[in-house]
Amino acid sequence: MSDYVDLSKEKNWMCANCNVPLVSGKVDISYLGNSFQVNLLKCPICNLVLVPEDLALGKMAEVEKSLEDK
Amino acid sequence: MNQKELREQENRCIQEQAPACSAACPVHVDVRGMTAAIAKGNFDDAQELYRKSIPFPQIISRICDQPCQKTCLRKDLGGAIEIAALERACLDFAGRDFPAVKQLARKSKTVAIVGAGISGLTAAYDLARKGWGVVLFEASGQIGGGLWQTAPDLLPRDVLIDDLKIIEQMGIEIHLNSPIGRTGGNGHGTLLARMSHEFSAIYLCAGPVASDFHDLKLDGNGYVTIDPVTFQTSIENVFAGGDILRFSTFANNENLHHSAILSLSEGRRAAISIDRYLQTVSLSASRFFEGQYTTTLFTNTKKITPQPPRLQTDLSTCYRPDEAVAEADRCIQCECMECVHVCAYLEHYQAYPKRYIREIYNNLSIVMGTRHSNQFINTCALCGLCAEVCPTNLDMGQICKGARIEMVKQQRMPASAHDFALRDMAFSNGEKFSLTKNPPGTNVSTYVFFPGCQLSASYPHYVEKAYSFLKESLPEEKVGLMLRCCGAPADWAGQEALFAESNQQFLTEYEKMGNPKLILACSSCYQIYKKHFPQIEITSFWEIYDQFGPQTERRITETPPLALHDPCSTRYESKIQDSVRNILRKNGIEIEELPLNREKTECCSYGGLMWLANKQVAEKMIQGRVNQSQSDYLTYCAMCRDFFSKNGKRSLHLFDLLFGKLETDYALTIAPDFSRRHENRARLKEKFLKEQWSESMPETQDFEKIHLILTDSVKSQIENRFILEEDIQKVIANAEKSGKRMFNQTTNHYLAYFKPASVTYWVEYSPQENGAFEIHKAYSHRMEIGRGAVK
Ligand code: SF4
Ligand code: SF4
Ligand code: SF4
Ligand SMILES: [Zn+2]
Repeated sequence: MSDYVDLSKEKNWMCANCNVPLVSGKVDISYLGNSFQVNLLKCPICNLVLVPEDLALGKMAEVEKSLEDK
Repeated sequence: MNQKELREQENRCIQEQAPACSAACPVHVDVRGMTAAIAKGNFDDAQELYRKSIPFPQIISRICDQPCQKTCLRKDLGGAIEIAALERACLDFAGRDFPAVKQLARKSKTVAIVGAGISGLTAAYDLARKGWGVVLFEASGQIGGGLWQTAPDLLPRDVLIDDLKIIEQMGIEIHLNSPIGRTGGNGHGTLLARMSHEFSAIYLCAGPVASDFHDLKLDGNGYVTIDPVTFQTSIENVFAGGDILRFSTFANNENLHHSAILSLSEGRRAAISIDRYLQTVSLSASRFFEGQYTTTLFTNTKKITPQPPRLQTDLSTCYRPDEAVAEADRCIQCECMECVHVCAYLEHYQAYPKRYIREIYNNLSIVMGTRHSNQFINTCALCGLCAEVCPTNLDMGQICKGARIEMVKQQRMPASAHDFALRDMAFSNGEKFSLTKNPPGTNVSTYVFFPGCQLSASYPHYVEKAYSFLKESLPEEKVGLMLRCCGAPADWAGQEALFAESNQQFLTEYEKMGNPKLILACSSCYQIYKKHFPQIEITSFWEIYDQFGPQTERRITETPPLALHDPCSTRYESKIQDSVRNILRKNGIEIEELPLNREKTECCSYGGLMWLANKQVAEKMIQGRVNQSQSDYLTYCAMCRDFFSKNGKRSLHLFDLLFGKLETDYALTIAPDFSRRHENRARLKEKFLKEQWSESMPETQDFEKIHLILTDSVKSQIENRFILEEDIQKVIANAEKSGKRMFNQTTNHYLAYFKPASVTYWVEYSPQENGAFEIHKAYSHRMEIGRGAVK
């Protein structure tokens, strides 16, 4: 799934809590007992994660659908 | 709905039954398929279909007495299709040669066939195809039997000889001038005893009658005993057709007159028995639909215009190709499809209930792996129109609902399928909307007004007026008020437990009021209470209005008539439908009846949560409905009105006419969006509480106080994504409190996420100086962000 995220588009985001730029890192996302590793931007300190709109409405929605047998 | 019930339902759909013509054809030629091919000018395919059922096509097409024609549904609509003439045409005009008959590998057993008429030749042909050895005994000097008595101008002898060549080509051994029977045994026992040792099976279908075969058992009438289904005689490997069959007791002689096509059918049925006998399987198991029968297929011919054939034919008529095409085009292409024609949903999936039910059956049986029919099952509006138009009253709604219940039980219902509607229901039955009140100053009610959650969301102002109307019109009564959702979404979603819980809550509240009569303004609610609370007396608001409302005109419309749409939940509620028509008449409002109305009315896509499960089909459904008339629509269900107007159709709710302002044009009012619907319900409750009972709403929560600024385009974005403003408020409240949010240095926007229940919501926003929040976008997902991240 990680192929579907273009992180460069989101490079201007920083963690407002820790006041540091987000960095790319592996994050587990899961649904109905299936889990996937994705490369996402996250805060190196507090681990806050950024799921971009494109990913949520694109690939993630697709995977949700197929896991739900819809 | 267990598997057996599903099977039974599947069998009720008669769409796959043969058309009348094929059922009446003793060998079931696919007439409908042939005429369809010919109508397209495709004589090749037509001939191929014909050959599938007919071993000697040249001969049969010239002499068949077409018993099919008597049953053709065109009969009274211009005249039956000239089926035999079309069969000749597809032999005359096919452009290609047809491959030699395929035969299975030769097996060891051999069958003797006595008599080389059509019946014996057909049996020989069928058995040789299956790979059995066949020896044919014919008393005369040529094969063909009675065919040689046909007039040569009908059946030219070269055609006859040519068509029968196949017998020899298939490797069938032919013994001419070999009469069997009369001469009896030659010292080694009787003839049959001898033959039945030499051959594995025997088919007797020649002239000889009973007396020639002494060892066959006779019945009381002196006829050979023959099994009417299998044609087996008292000797287990001897089968009989032809005159022996014709003069047996079971055969009604009139029905078994000499006919080439009947003889052919007889030979074929004998061959089926012999083949089974040789394979040592049951001779009699599942032998349905052999020979002529009457089909159960229903075909609606009401809309077919009569059209006579261009030429009357007899057995010598040969069409020109264009004449054949024109004649084939008259074929009605008999089929049922009654339900499919009136339901955009059934039409969308391109099949019909028999096939659909099979798919549902398969879907429910899949234990592991993908289920492909989930969305199909969840799309049905459960409106019952199919059952109304189906000749066997098959109700796909009932089946889809049963399947949903099953999916929920199996924990295979997609989480997202109905979630949004169920949360809406939870909202309505929560403290923001639900309310049960006896009229001010009393502790019991004799009537209770139940407007329903959707009417209250779309038209809260009319709910207030309706309640006032009831109180004024029933001055002797104590009219209480109950605000909540009837639970239809849970019922439609197959969530039995949730539905039962909602019913229980209702009942507790209701009983506290002293079991008043229930006045329902929404016909979906009406159906729920009618079905699940038979002990409660219910009536529709419209019946009350008809009876107690103003009996004279409130307005005289100069406008053109309004097309009246009956909500599908009033399908069998003629009392409600009549009341509405009475009210309209009394108000001087002229109406137009839609072609599908009353018990045949259509669903607006709200039913069964179709609108949520499948937007594409829902839109087709709505479009189909609103296209039925150019006039403005009038209806008495909030959801019907809202769906129509959202799709650009000018539509009114009956309340617009009764309680609206005379000078206002309400027909294009757009229904409130999801967030506003919640707001409207909450405000309605607040208003009622304050004005009628001088009470106030429960405390609002902190997140509700967050003020949002949304442009119209953001509003429509979140509406399409099924995101509510209260979801956004929760995200912001959480982010601002915890500080967990992201900041974009270029845009200065904040981004935050929050997962109140099963969905994670994301909001991009900018705080304003005045404390409000401008929303730039919102989106959501169901996948969970797991390890390596903050939840
Ligand atoms: S109209 Fe066509 S399909 Fe129907 S019975 Fe006649 S030939 Fe058969
Ligand atoms: S109306 Fe529909 S369900 Fe009923 S028999 Fe015809 S095709 Fe089948
Ligand atoms: S939407 Fe209505 S007519 Fe269509 S299949 Fe479902 S219940 Fe039948
Ligand atoms: Zn951080």
